[in-house]
Amino acid sequence: MIYNIPYIAVAALILIGLYAVVFKRNLIKMVIGITLIESGVNLFLITLGYREGSIAPIYTSSPGGIMALPVPQALTLTSIVIGVAVLALMLSLVIHIYRHYGTLDARKIGGNEE
Amino acid sequence: MSMRNAVAAIFFAIVCVFFVFSALMIHSFGVPDATDMDDRIIGGFDMENNTYYGAQNETGANNVVTSVVFDYRGFDTLGEATILFTAVAGVVLVFRRLKK
Amino acid sequence: MSGMSKIVKTISSITFPFVFIYGLYVIAHGHLTPGGGFQGGAIVASGCAMILVAYGSVWTMGKIKEKNLSILESLGGFCFILLAFLGLGFGTGFFNNLFVGNEFLFGETPKFNSVAANFNTAGVIPLMNFAVGLKVIAGLFAIVLVMAYASSIREDEK
Repeated sequence: MIYNIPYIAVAALILIGLYAVVFKRNLIKMVIGITLIESGVNLFLITLGYREGSIAPIYTSSPGGIMALPVPQALTLTSIVIGVAVLALMLSLVIHIYRHYGTLDARKIGGNEE
Repeated sequence: MSMRNAVAAIFFAIVCVFFVFSALMIHSFGVPDATDMDDRIIGGFDMENNTYYGAQNETGANNVVTSVVFDYRGFDTLGEATILFTAVAGVVLVFRRLKK
Repeated sequence: MSGMSKIVKTISSITFPFVFIYGLYVIAHGHLTPGGGFQGGAIVASGCAMILVAYGSVWTMGKIKEKNLSILESLGGFCFILLAFLGLGFGTGFFNNLFVGNEFLFGETPKFNSVAANFNTAGVIPLMNFAVGLKVIAGLFAIVLVMAYASSIREDEK
């Protein structure tokens, strides 16, 4: 059970991000929640690919021994770059929304205030 | 509005239970389930056919992750480059009207 | 809009070439050591962002337009797809690593062992690393530059 601490960290990251997305009203905080979910997914992929006592999958003067799985690491690399792109697009849209509406409250945007 | 928060809290609690349960019940850390594809990529020596296999023999790159990114799964990298291009185009498009 | 103080400008001007060279090193050795096009491109783009923070976005926008950065990024993507199509044209399929094993330019392929680093081994992979590195440098710096410039304009009008 103690070896499952990385999975618990993944669950905690994703749940904190989900909490921020669902319950927060500020758009910046929602963006932070989405990036937290991305970080949790990246950590989950890396955690899945780890073998006990393994080294990084690079042969350049490697000390030998078993290697960690390379495919989850490669897909995590893809995921990180996609996360950066999505973050930049989200933040620029948030800036645009703030200039148009004058507020960042998600429930006052769109014209259906109560 | 409190009705919405209550419903959201209920569903969030359910999702919390699922996540914590699966985090506790998943296989142990450091012992991945299926490693056939990755072992094939990492490489080794085939005793039956008396040949080498794996990423270092096939692509010549010492870094296995790079050979996965650019050779075995090049289409993923192509899609990623497309996404980066789309993000740049979207940011420039969003801010284009503001500069004038 | 004149950026930060003279100390910050001087120090970032001194530090920037080292960051740039280190990023290019990471890109060039992507097939041998940890790193690659994306990581080295991120390093170089963060060095450019340091210059942007130190000197202010208006000065940087006067030096390099984001249109030129878009051209650079498209050039990197074009080289990447061109290398992929080379595999389709002269090899067996899309993204085929057709230069590997060509002992004239691209040296001998290592079998399966822990070897010292030979720079010219991996066929088409270092070229793709350079293309993707160029794309990531230009793309990330264009994103940061445009966002900083657009948010500094607003402060001027106030």
